[in-house]
Amino acid sequence: MSAYLLKRLLEMIPTLLGITLISFFIIHLAPGKPTDIFTELNPKITPEAREKLEKYYGLDKPVIVQYGSWLKRIVRLDFGESFSSDHRPVMNKIWDAKKPLIERRLFVTFMINLLSMIVILLVALPLGIFSATHQNTVYDKISTTAVFIGFAMPSFWLALLLMILFGVHLHWLPISQLKSMNYWSLSGPGQLWDLTRHLILPIFVSAFTGLAADSRFMRSSMLEVIRQDFVTVARAKGLPERLVIYRHAFRNALLPIITLAGLSVGGLVGGSVIFENIFGIPGMGQLFYMSVMTRDYPTVMGILTIGAILTLLGNLLADVGYMLADPRIRAR
Amino acid sequence: MGNQTLRGIFWRRFSNNSLAVAGGVIVLSLFIIAVLAPVVSPYDPNAIDRSHVLMPPGIHHPLGTDDLGRDVLSRMIWGARISLAVGFVAVGIATAIGMMLGALSGYYGSWTDRVIMRFIDIMLSIPTFFLILAVIAFIGSSIWNIMIVIGLTHWMGVARLVRAEFLSLKEREFVLAARAIGASDLRIIFRHVMINSLAPVLISAVLGIAGAVLVESSLSFLGIGVQPPTPSWGNILTLGKDNMEIAWWLSVFPGLAILITVLGYNLLGEGIRDSIDPRLWDRERA
Repeated sequence: MSAYLLKRLLEMIPTLLGITLISFFIIHLAPGKPTDIFTELNPKITPEAREKLEKYYGLDKPVIVQYGSWLKRIVRLDFGESFSSDHRPVMNKIWDAKKPLIERRLFVTFMINLLSMIVILLVALPLGIFSATHQNTVYDKISTTAVFIGFAMPSFWLALLLMILFGVHLHWLPISQLKSMNYWSLSGPGQLWDLTRHLILPIFVSAFTGLAADSRFMRSSMLEVIRQDFVTVARAKGLPERLVIYRHAFRNALLPIITLAGLSVGGLVGGSVIFENIFGIPGMGQLFYMSVMTRDYPTVMGILTIGAILTLLGNLLADVGYMLADPRIRAR
Repeated sequence: MGNQTLRGIFWRRFSNNSLAVAGGVIVLSLFIIAVLAPVVSPYDPNAIDRSHVLMPPGIHHPLGTDDLGRDVLSRMIWGARISLAVGFVAVGIATAIGMMLGALSGYYGSWTDRVIMRFIDIMLSIPTFFLILAVIAFIGSSIWNIMIVIGLTHWMGVARLVRAEFLSLKEREFVLAARAIGASDLRIIFRHVMINSLAPVLISAVLGIAGAVLVESSLSFLGIGVQPPTPSWGNILTLGKDNMEIAWWLSVFPGLAILITVLGYNLLGEGIRDSIDPRLWDRERA
């Protein structure tokens, strides 16, 4: 097992190199320069000053040389210095070790994605199983319809509607930020409650599409499994239906879901730009949006790389989960 | 039993599937609306009317007006053009790339296959939406750029699909026969194998349009996609967000249009899949 894990971790390195290489070239070869922002703000800037600026940021060198020096620094987890006016190191912007966890951008994004993944699995699996064991009943038809609508629902529109309903009209939930102004003066449980209220809508929105996909997948996977011979055998030897479904069929039906959940990490991470932007949540997605708008290359590259690492780790985690759930693979 | 040709079976199965037909009707209606936009839209979508700003839905403006007094219904009708164009061109690009690379990978195997598969793995591990956002923000958000970038980042599924088809078809007798009589690789790839893998590609393309429509509207909503004054469903929703407290109609209708469009393509795609899949044909007789 540990040999396999090590092998998989080592395999991630060339993939990660490929990802950063492609991203770096695309971003740096796109027309326009980050220094355009300065020159636009200050039209009187001379060509010499502009050249100096580009030299300062290393933008005068060929892209491949820039990539080389970027790569050399990234080994030490140093993503360079942001182009924005604060000139902070990118790593410090994403993960500010001096601040409490809840104010570190990477932690915020990671927490929301993890929570929505948990919500997806906790809701989608039972829904899918129930739909499969009650195939063609009214419940199955309703949930199938709901799933189709869920697939088609643009998540930012869902967010907008929920904000209008729960925030503007009912005043039940806060619609922006991660915590209230007075968060730090609240007691422990008060802080937790405040956080929960702020997180309900974002987590619901980011889980929604995944929920539809996973429950659909669970349904068809379960339908396939319960037709197989070993399920008939389990029934024939007189096991109660509950055991047949939850012990024998469920474990087998779960296998493709584990893979799907792992593969969906990339989509969740990408989606964080959308919901963090709508709900004004200070996470990595929001920082990415701001950095893209100001052509802050080092921050954009840093976040792309971290997003890719999260995606790859998600895939790896799925493989490990697959092994834990399937003894046939573990034996190899 | 009437028409027993493959096409006959397909049409019978398709027309018996009410959800698939509904999907087809939605897609067709969107086409007609988009093509006839200049005729059917009640107002000029860009006509500013400062005396009728943020009017709720009523007789004169069935879906209300926006913050510049522009008619929302007209803007949505013209927006249908954008979303359709983006969907089709982006998926066309993605499908062309996917078919090409999938065919090369599946037909030639060995190192060609390994290189292409590794490339696919890499592309699948880049958080796509991040990359699209960065590239479009950098190169500028013209509608062509949006189509091209969505196309260039969504070909991996098709490539895998076509590769799998090639792997299963390339050793079959009809391909070996073609090779035996001296057909060139190109001829075998396009005339014999590709043609047999078109059905799954078509299904994935129809479903892909739904995905592209969602991506375009998300980008436009974030202000990086289609730029006003060109109307798109996504950028009307941005106004909806800015006027959330006073103008619900700006939020509700364009989103509904996206939902129905995506639903239509999904239903159509699934319907075609169910009608083509021979494994499901027996159930019809049962």
